[in-house]
Amino acid sequence: MTLAFDLILCLMILGTAGIALFVRDALAAIAFFIAFGNLLGLAWLSLDAVNVAMAEIAIGAGVTGVLLILARARLLALGDDAASAATPLWLRLGALAACAGFVVLLAAAVLSIPPESGLDRVVAPLMPGLGIENRVTGVLLAFRAYDTLLETFVLLGALVAVWSLAPAGAWPGRPADPGMADAPMRRVAGTFSQLLLPVALVMAAYLVWAGSDLPGGAFQAGTVLAGGLFVAAMGGAIGLPSSDRPLLRAALVLGPAVFLAVGLAGVAAGGFLVYPEGMAKTLIVTIEYTLALSIGVTLALLVAGTPVPGAAGPNPDGKG
Amino acid sequence: MDLPLPEILSAGHLYALTGAVLVGLGLYAFITLRHPLRQLLAVNVVGAGIFLILGSLGRGPEATDPLPQALVITGIVVAVALTAFGAAIIVRLAETRAAAKPADDDNARPEP
Repeated sequence: MTLAFDLILCLMILGTAGIALFVRDALAAIAFFIAFGNLLGLAWLSLDAVNVAMAEIAIGAGVTGVLLILARARLLALGDDAASAATPLWLRLGALAACAGFVVLLAAAVLSIPPESGLDRVVAPLMPGLGIENRVTGVLLAFRAYDTLLETFVLLGALVAVWSLAPAGAWPGRPADPGMADAPMRRVAGTFSQLLLPVALVMAAYLVWAGSDLPGGAFQAGTVLAGGLFVAAMGGAIGLPSSDRPLLRAALVLGPAVFLAVGLAGVAAGGFLVYPEGMAKTLIVTIEYTLALSIGVTLALLVAGTPVPGAAGPNPDGKG
Repeated sequence: MDLPLPEILSAGHLYALTGAVLVGLGLYAFITLRHPLRQLLAVNVVGAGIFLILGSLGRGPEATDPLPQALVITGIVVAVALTAFGAAIIVRLAETRAAAKPADDDNARPEP
């Protein structure tokens, strides 16, 4: 990429971030945040980090954006327009001085580190032993599998935390129906989701499979799945399941449980999370498929939010 | 520190510097904004800046370091988990406040 492109992109990233943070209207702020996330995805592309670009656009911009829009809509229904009250001048000046100083220190620290890809030379010769070619997947699922295992449990823990906020009497219940209130629009979303959901399933399966050798992987695939499921819930094609459905809970823990079981089985091959010689790719792809399913369902339910009293699904069938 | 400008920019420092400014912008917004939902957005901007610093410092001349890339993907997922929990707390708090108000507004629960 040319320098001019990088410069313009960086200015646009800073501009959209500034608007997202300081515009008065909350919806405009969230819209600019989504634009900011997509521009950041372009920055990752420019840095030749396609895996991160996909994750940033799908999760950082997409899922986070939907989460914030839903939270803002729920606050608006309670009479809170999420506009920030004015802060005193001394606080703003003090914060400006402190943050400007911090940025200067951080910039100096950043400039003192020469950018280099030293670990790429370490990782590259190890990849043939795994039988996959995507180095980022190799780091995520093999060389730093601890991080990824804990991360899947963080995601599960976040859902448990969100559920634990359910008011008295709402447990075990469903989250508020995210379906569109306007009947024709709901039908459009319902029909669209019936077309979208199979495509999302195929795309998620492809992203995991391709993620072994090309950019992709369980997290990107799970997000695609979550998007399909949530659009289907918005159109009423599927109802959000009650939090105590056994099938739902099985889908939530399947990925982390399989990952943990494979990790424990690795003790026989030499240590926790060690893959036996020659079986690495099989195990990695198995873990990734189950993870993608669990991540998809978890993200969709994280977006749907806390169970509320008396929420009924549009039909009795949950997803599964 | 006394690198000539084109060398700084071509060396992947440009995105790292952008990340540093993003961290500063987000921190300033977090301190001065008075609504929790906007502060949550500010935390996400700080996070994005940190990811950008982390990832772009791994941008070598030929390849991009896969280890920071994997860490950034992990970070993005953890950030969305934090955002979901934060948004749920903010909505729940607003519901509790609305329910505690005198009963001029009976329908305190949000409509979807």
